This record gives sequence, C-alpha cells and structure tokens, in this order.
Amino acid sequence: MANIKELSKLPERLGPGHRLCSGCGASIVARQVLLGAGNSALVAGCATGCFEVATTIYPYTAWKVPFIHNAFENAAATMSGVETAYRSLKKQGKIKKDIKFVTFGGDGGTYDIGLQSLSGALERGHNFVYVCYDNGAYMNTGIQRSGATPTGASTTTAPAGKVSSGKPQLRKDLTAIVAAHRIPYVAQCSISNWNDLVTKSQKAFDAKGPAFLNVMALCHRGWRFPQENGVAIAKTAVDTCFWPLYEIENGKKYKINYTPKEKKPITEWLKLQGRFKHLFKPGNEEILKSIQQDVDDEWEYLLKRSAL
Amino acid sequence: MNKKIIPLTGDQAVAEAMRQIEPDVVAAYPITPQTEIVMTFSQFVADGRVKTEMIPVESEHSAMSACVGSAAAGARTMTATSANGLALMWEIVYIAASMRLPIVMPVVNRALSGPINIHCDHSDTMGARDSGWIQIYAESGREAYEHAILAVRIAEHSGINLPVMVCQDGFITSHSVEGVELFDDAAVKKFIGEYKPNMTTLLDVDNPVTYGPIDLQDFYFEHKRQQTEAMKNAIDIIPGIMNEFNKAFSRDLKIVEEYMMDDAEASIVVFSSTAGTAKFVVDSLRAKGVKAGLVRPCLFRPFPKEYIIKALSKVKIAAVLDRADSFSGCGGPVFSEIRSAMYEAKQKPELINYIFGLGGRDIFPNDIEAVYKDMSGILKTGKISNRVNYIGVRE
Ligand SMILES: Cc1ncc(C[n+]2csc(CCOP(=O)(O)OP(=O)(O)O)c2C)c(N)n1
Ligand code: SF4
Repeated sequence: MANIKELSKLPERLGPGHRLCSGCGASIVARQVLLGAGNSALVAGCATGCFEVATTIYPYTAWKVPFIHNAFENAAATMSGVETAYRSLKKQGKIKKDIKFVTFGGDGGTYDIGLQSLSGALERGHNFVYVCYDNGAYMNTGIQRSGATPTGASTTTAPAGKVSSGKPQLRKDLTAIVAAHRIPYVAQCSISNWNDLVTKSQKAFDAKGPAFLNVMALCHRGWRFPQENGVAIAKTAVDTCFWPLYEIENGKKYKINYTPKEKKPITEWLKLQGRFKHLFKPGNEEILKSIQQDVDDEWEYLLKRSAL
Repeated sequence: MNKKIIPLTGDQAVAEAMRQIEPDVVAAYPITPQTEIVMTFSQFVADGRVKTEMIPVESEHSAMSACVGSAAAGARTMTATSANGLALMWEIVYIAASMRLPIVMPVVNRALSGPINIHCDHSDTMGARDSGWIQIYAESGREAYEHAILAVRIAEHSGINLPVMVCQDGFITSHSVEGVELFDDAAVKKFIGEYKPNMTTLLDVDNPVTYGPIDLQDFYFEHKRQQTEAMKNAIDIIPGIMNEFNKAFSRDLKIVEEYMMDDAEASIVVFSSTAGTAKFVVDSLRAKGVKAGLVRPCLFRPFPKEYIIKALSKVKIAAVLDRADSFSGCGGPVFSEIRSAMYEAKQKPELINYIFGLGGRDIFPNDIEAVYKDMSGILKTGKISNRVNYIGVRE
C-alpha cells in the first residue's frame, strides 16, 4: 500500500510545463504510474498521441528522465530495443546501474494500430512496463472512434445522427487479450483509485518480465464534461463496474481489487458525459438496456474468473 | 595477415561480417532472399560465438523500431531485410535517419510487390533512397562482406552519424557461392574499434535526453537541413574511411569504379552484380578493338556527383542501366540522378537509359553488347530514337 507522505517525497519524473489540456487524464495516469517506480533509475517512452505531442514540443520537454518517442504503433517494439540494449550492455559490464523501463500508449496506439507490436514484445518477454492510458478514442486527431470506444459513444467517425446512435460495436477487451500472453502481471486501474494504481504500478515495476497496466484516463474534450469533474467520473466508471479494478498474474490468477458496495446503474456514468447524450432521448431505451446488460455480463464473468 | 578464402554465399559472407562486428543488438525478421543472413547469424548467437543480444521480432516494422530503441540506448545495432520487409519498415527507416542513429542494415535487393516476386531488382532500396540513409551497393558477395564492415565506420563517424544500407543482389550474389576472403577477426575488430556513441544515450540516466520529440514549423526544417549537411559531410569523409579500409585489408574499394575508362568512347553505368557481366562484355569488345568502358557507382546515397561527372566527362555517350523503374515516364531513378548531375558538367556525353532485370529477369552478355551497339549506332548517326529503353521484356 502506497503511503501518500512517502510518495510526496519521490522525484517528479514528468515536470510541469507540458501542454496537455488542464484536467487531462493522461498526465494523472503518468504521474501516478511513475510514483510506482519509486527512486529507481528509469527510461520512459511513449506512442504518438496527445500525451506525447503535449509533453515534448521541441525544444522543450516535460520529461526529467530519458525519454523516447518513435512512432504511433511501435512504442512496445521501441522499448524492446531499449531494454535489450540495456541487457546487452549490462552483460558486457558497460553499464553498472539498474534501470527500469516504462512506455505509454493511448488506446489507439495500443488497442488498435500498436497491438501487433505490443503482442510481439509481450511474447518475447521484455522486462518493461507498458501503460495504456485509455481515453476511449483517438483524441489527438480529434475524437475518432477506436477499438476502446464504448458502445453508444458519439465520436467524429462514429457520430450519433439521425439514423445512428454512436459506436455500434462493443469495445475490445484488451486487458484479457494481454493477459492471454501469460505475462507476469496485468492490471486494470483508474486514476480515481490512486492508492490501487500506485500499488499496482509498484508491482508492475517489480515484475520479472513484461507487465501491463490498463488505466482509465479521461478526456473532457472527447467525453464532453466540465474539466474539473474528471476524477469523479472515473470513480463512477469503477462504481458502475464499467471499469472494474482487477489484476491478473501469469495470465491465470484473476483478483478483483475493488467491489462497489452498491453497484450503480451504468446510466449514472453515461449521463455525466456529452458523448452519450443522444442515448437519453426517447427511443434509445433498448440501447441503454443492452449497454447495462454488457456491463453486467462482464462483471459476472469477472467474478467467476476471480473465484476460480 | 593470414589469408582465409572460403566458399560462402553472399548471405553467409554478410553473416560472417556481422559475427566479426559482433553488434550489441540485432533485431531481425526473415524474408527471402535475406533470410540466410539472420539464420546464419542466429546460429552464431546460439553457439555463443558472439555476445550479441538477438531480438526475434514479429515483423520488420518492429525490427526497425527496436533498432531505433536500441541504437538510441547506445548499443551498436544491426538488422537486415529485403523488399517488402524494407517497405514495412519504411516509416521507421525515416525516423532512424532523422534521429541520426548509426544502424547498419544489409539489404538483399528484391523486387517490391506487387505482383509478389522474390527475385532481384532494385525497386526496394531505390524506393528508400530519400529516407536519409547512406546506400552502398556491392558487386559480389565478397564485396557485400567488405561493405558491411566498412559501413560500421561510416555510420558511426562523428561527422556523419547516419544509418547505412549495405545492398547486394538477391539470389544473384546472396545465394551463389563464391570464394570469400575473410579477414582476421582481430583485424576487423581493430578497424571498427569499440563503439562510442556520439550522442547522449537513453541509458545515461544521469543526463536525461528526449529522443523523438514533436518538431513543428519552428525547427523541423532546420533538422532536415542538418541531415542534408551530414550527407554532404559523408561524401567528403567516406573516401578517407575507404582508404583506411583498403590499407588495412589490402583492398581496392572505390566510391565509383571506372573500368577501361581511360580512352573509352561509350560507357555503361550500372550498379551491383550486373557490372560483373558488363565487365566481361567490355573485355570481349576491347579484344575486338571497340572502345567500351564501364562505370560502377558503389555509393548512391550520398550521390557521388563529382565522381560521376569526372568519369562520364571522358566519354561521348553513356547508357545508364536501371534495375528499377520510377514510373516518371522519363526513365529510372539512377538515370534521373545521373542526367541531373551531368547538367553541371562542362563536357556532357549523350545519355540514354535502359531499364532491365525487373523481378529477377536475367540479363545476358548479348543484351549488354546490344547496348554498346546501340551507342555506337547513335554516335554514327547522331540520332536517338528512344531515350528510355527496356531490355529483355516482351512488348
Ligand atoms: C501510422 C500513423 N497513422 C496515423 C497517425 C495519426 N495519429 C496520431 S495520434 C493518433 C491518435 C492517437 O490516439 P490514442 O492512441 O488513443 O492517443 P490519444 O491521442 O487519445 O492520447 C493518430 C490517429 C500517425 N501518427 N501514424
Ligand atoms: S484532448 Fe483530451 S486527451 Fe488530449 S490533452 Fe486534451 S484532455 Fe487530454
């Protein structure tokens, strides 16, 4: 369990002065994850997306640790190369220090275009932490749908319209896909539960082999809510079980880390965001019902898995 | 130095060079006709003959991505590929050059799909000609071996710091066996030296640097300009490195090889293995008293303009043989560059273009002889019916 007093003494790895929107979930994800690395020497990376472009506008950088951005879909492959170089040079005695590795990717760069590179890196077993900050759309290019966009969300490439009610498909279960690689540690986390997130980050950094954190990040631009409400909205995602907090060890052992005392209806979460506004118009009751059904099914499935 | 000549395919020869270079990291993915390089080298790793860490990636895109990570971390880094593999890397090939990472990549030239074809032409590397990589083309497997070693020094020179493609002809030299003289391991190690990166690396955690930031209207242009400057430096620096190489290993590598050019009237310009066939034709023509010559550029990036002007100013006519089309309607990529370079020459020969050998179509001595015949016809009549011609294609 992370102790906030101790955490406050840890070095800031991501400095102020980046240019993310105020209230952006991505930087909160990064700062909480980086706390999990403690005082360890660290190299960080990132896929193309809001987080990368806003933290590294040349000639400035918000990164106080060595950092690499390569392209959109290859953050995992790039960090594979960095980590392998480290192993090679360490083995040869050319590097003495112990160094940890972490890379970030948005949901687009992770669920979709970067999935192959992530899968390859996980299968090869590189010793690094991959963090997906999931804001449920391609935000940097202007709120296009991704494999992580929830059903019914209105995005610029799956807009709600006269005959459409937003994204028709289910979102991809990336956490399960990653767990199927049987890597040492996989966890789903949310910035609203900071203690859980920091603790899981510590575990991820301590894992021997690849570790993956899927973290709900918020984008008030894309989700359409007042910027100061982000953490509360993330909390509602957890309490409706839209975004359950759990961890998976070695691809098999599931553990739910948080069970809401009273599971809130999914509409509690949907109604806080403009991207779902159309769903509350008359005639869309069935869609709301089916979204609730999906959430319930997933939660049931998770309860069963964790009871195994 | 002990002379050790052994029969090797061009791929095996390059793998031997990689064994002697002993990079810190190799990330690679198989593709015909390059596969044998990766396979042979993997065996060296498996047998503990090199200290290299291999990354058996899941695609070429990840191979180049991992190479970027590795090189930015300060490790001597190599990969190898061909055709579609290079095409899949394309995005990251540009990024590697823009980050000024001295990655060395043997490329076994193969026709780019589609249609899919596994045999030699130069459409793959010609497609990557503007990516900011240095490109060297070998005539033989033996030379591909030598170029691989040479390339390490070129890439890592502080005045250059650019990635290098070491190209050889798919199947023609990659798979045929020839006697290759392998240099002493120690001599190679001495020539390439211990790798000391010219930039602060990612693993220098006490001096954090940001690689690959976003570069907007205010700096991108300057950074591109610096890449051009590095290429300009390279054309001045490479001769010195080549001389050192030639001295160390008793070799005679040249940036542009001139064959029988002193008194030649008509010359062919061609890259890689076809130059060997063309030399054979030049010899037979010379025996008949025809003043034929040959120019073989080894370097395509940076473009050896001065060398080309010097070589071609001697002849009345030259035929540029391109093993790739550029679909410009004005000839192949090498022809375009040579014609452009010769615009500055005081003495301009007539220049014609022949596109040949696409998808591995064989080219025979007769075909090459016909080119010299065409040239002497043009010299006699002063008439060029076709500026751009195709050899050995059914029309
Ligand atoms: C190969 C490629 N395709 C498309 C893009 C354009 N692009 C840049 S960022 C981005 C979306 C990023 O979305 P996500 O990964 O979810 O991160 P976010 O912007 O939401 O932080 C896209 C489509 C690109 N840079 N590279
Ligand atoms: S658009 Fe969204 S994801 Fe991007 S910086 Fe702003 S809040 Fe963050």
